Amino acid sequence: MTALPTRKLEAWRYTDLKNLAAISFVEATPTKIVAPLPDLGIPRIVFVNGTYNAALSTPPDFLSSFAKVVDESSLPLVQINAAHAHDGATIDVPANIDAGAVMLVSYANAEMPMAFHPRHRVVLGEGSKLTIIEVAIGQGVYWHNPVTDIILHEGAALSHYRLQDEGLDAFHLATIRAQVAEKAAYESFSLVIGAKLSRAEFHATLSGPNATTHLNAAQLLRGRQHADFTSVVAHKAPNCASRQTVKSVLSDHSRGVFQGRIEVARVAQKTDGYQMNQALLLSPHAEIDIKPELEIFADDVKCSHGATIGALDPEQIFYLRSRGIPEDQARAMLIRAFLTEALEPVTNEAARVFLEDTIETWWARK
Amino acid sequence: MAAVIETLETVDALAAQKYKYGFETNIAMDAFPKGLNEDIVRMISAKKDEPAWMLEWRLKAYARWRTMEEPNWARVQHPPIDYENLYYYAAPSGPAPKSLDEVDPELLKMYDKLGIPLNERAALAGVESPTVAVDAVFDSVSVATTFRETLAKSGVIFCPISEAVREHPDLVKEYLGSVIPVADNYFSALNSAVFSDGSFVYIPKGVKCPMELSTYFRINARNTGQFERTLIIAAEGASVSYLEGCTAPMRDENQLHAAVVELVALDDAKIKYSTVQNWYPGDANGKGGIYNFVTKRGACRGKNSKISWTQVETGSAITWKYPSCILQGDNSVGEFYSVALTHNYQQADTGTKMIHIGKNTSSTIISKGISAGHSNNTYRGLVKIMPGATGARNFTQCDSLLIGDECGAHTVPYIESRNMSAKVEHEATTSKIAEDQLFYCRSRGLSEEDAVGLIVNGFCKDVLKELPMEFAVEAQKLLAVSLEGSVG
Repeated sequence: MTALPTRKLEAWRYTDLKNLAAISFVEATPTKIVAPLPDLGIPRIVFVNGTYNAALSTPPDFLSSFAKVVDESSLPLVQINAAHAHDGATIDVPANIDAGAVMLVSYANAEMPMAFHPRHRVVLGEGSKLTIIEVAIGQGVYWHNPVTDIILHEGAALSHYRLQDEGLDAFHLATIRAQVAEKAAYESFSLVIGAKLSRAEFHATLSGPNATTHLNAAQLLRGRQHADFTSVVAHKAPNCASRQTVKSVLSDHSRGVFQGRIEVARVAQKTDGYQMNQALLLSPHAEIDIKPELEIFADDVKCSHGATIGALDPEQIFYLRSRGIPEDQARAMLIRAFLTEALEPVTNEAARVFLEDTIETWWARK
Repeated sequence: MAAVIETLETVDALAAQKYKYGFETNIAMDAFPKGLNEDIVRMISAKKDEPAWMLEWRLKAYARWRTMEEPNWARVQHPPIDYENLYYYAAPSGPAPKSLDEVDPELLKMYDKLGIPLNERAALAGVESPTVAVDAVFDSVSVATTFRETLAKSGVIFCPISEAVREHPDLVKEYLGSVIPVADNYFSALNSAVFSDGSFVYIPKGVKCPMELSTYFRINARNTGQFERTLIIAAEGASVSYLEGCTAPMRDENQLHAAVVELVALDDAKIKYSTVQNWYPGDANGKGGIYNFVTKRGACRGKNSKISWTQVETGSAITWKYPSCILQGDNSVGEFYSVALTHNYQQADTGTKMIHIGKNTSSTIISKGISAGHSNNTYRGLVKIMPGATGARNFTQCDSLLIGDECGAHTVPYIESRNMSAKVEHEATTSKIAEDQLFYCRSRGLSEEDAVGLIVNGFCKDVLKELPMEFAVEAQKLLAVSLEGSVG
């Protein structure tokens, strides 16, 4: 098996997998469902411990059966996934179809430490549209290592909303690779509240002119949670735009990581790239590590990144309190306001309500 | 665009005469055999008449260096450096000059040609008031240090570091390697083993240094590495402004320059360190030029201390340099103002580290990168807020400007915060010179080149205004000259 990446690799300098490496995992086996699965009244594809569960699923008609793929990626986690993947969702939407919305649910119930490596594949034909609401939940010690490959043909649009709410003893290491052709749009938002240690690594390639992407995320962490959001946006054609807004709310001893790289190739003139990372530290023991990178080889571009780190503004809290709002509620309001910008790409109403409710209850869980 | 062709022609015409410091001085030189081994380290130490502890320090550094590997994380590319094919010591032959009168007239002529005021007689005769004291380093040795007596009156020590090792061993022992440990990195270890000269400055308690101090570095000999070492200590309440300038002859082969600069600021002390780096950048095809691999770091050890780095980097084939501040004292302040301009096939990977340890420490980073021709220009920086740095503050602004579509501009900042009361702000932009700005200037009768020069100077203004007056003027001219022919 390919070795896990170590902190000696520049891409992994802020995320240490030694606790994961110390666990011996067994192959995932089927299990019983002990928690309610989210249901938004739309088609639902359910994986239990990494295996497709037909009884719990109400699949859309564009779901086809899993076919193992050959992968020559140099990314260690993708290699590990390729060696072990035995299931995954394969979604293939033909050209010029508005395929509506679908849920992709991963549920884990680990009595023994177990690992599963699903391989999902989403292909949208020319001019097609789809919304995917992906939810990962579970309990026990497990390692969820999904790889999702997305291919958007000319003019296709995929909205991809992810809720990572894994059990607090879990490891979640997701890799998402998107190829975005001319005039196609890949819009994504990830809400990260679960897992002991997690990383979402996005590789978005804008390969045709006028392609666009949003890679947004919000991390809400507590306890000793560690969450890493890593993205590489490759501008390989002219007139493309990429937007990234990543917000981190860090309490207790939690640690947030944001690494984002915008690569602009020589041919990618008129690129418009933007990256913003903002972190709120709510505890003296929380930590944030940020590495936004610009790598630019074309001259007629507009690229910028910004980062701010700080605590909640005591003056704003004072203002709200002076209007009769209790301190706890005032803080919650300010944090929700802080997250708003990251949720911008979530245009699907059901998804928005679902994600906002989750943020609301996260605050209440505290 | 017709203007492009016109400019390209201008460039070609200028390329040959552009680097006006590219001459060579013919002077009798002493050099040790090529290559590096313990004997060479011992020979350098013996040549300098060093005490045993200094030799031991060097030998330890040499042993460490042997076990280390050249770093490869920077965005620079070069063929492997053959460390056995370099001269590690070169100096004008004959006994060391005791005063300026004894300095070889050829050398004085050279510094005159470079515009470096080594002649202090005029000033002493009252013709002009002394504003800058100069230590001139030629290949491996310091050839002249001016105004030493004037400085001595206020208690300031300004001398070649080889002399400080002999005359002020306690100070050197206490501070040398205290900011940059010998094995900090490959090049600092190499420097620690073979450093030949450089400047030593000690500003005693409560003294404001009466004039600007300056070191002028010149590489002249062929196949020589220059490994200078600078150590500046500002005691409690002291302050000093220090300038550094560098040039080298035009040569087809690459030459190595691996310097180490350490600054120490005690309570309430202030050090301002300004550099105009104009080593030979290589020709228009990327042949030749200096490899400038430099480690610079300042320690704000005392409360309310301040260290400010300002650099204008236009020279060198490759620049690998990160002047940093360790903000240890409460309320200490670190600043980094940088302009890095690359043209033709130059490569620059430069930036800073601000390590916030003390309470209420603050840092400012302003970096302006300009890439032209086929060059690559990278800003790489770290802002680190340690758990104890309550109330720390950082503001970072890095802007890149691209001129032409064959170059690259890269930004790699690392930001790490472990204190909730700290505020960190970072902004970075990359853009090209706006057409409307160019058009505006052109419509007012400026040539395209002048317009670009004007816009670039405006782009760099926040940094240039931090330079001492004489340097600011020189830097502005340098930017214009270095950009000649880059417009497109």
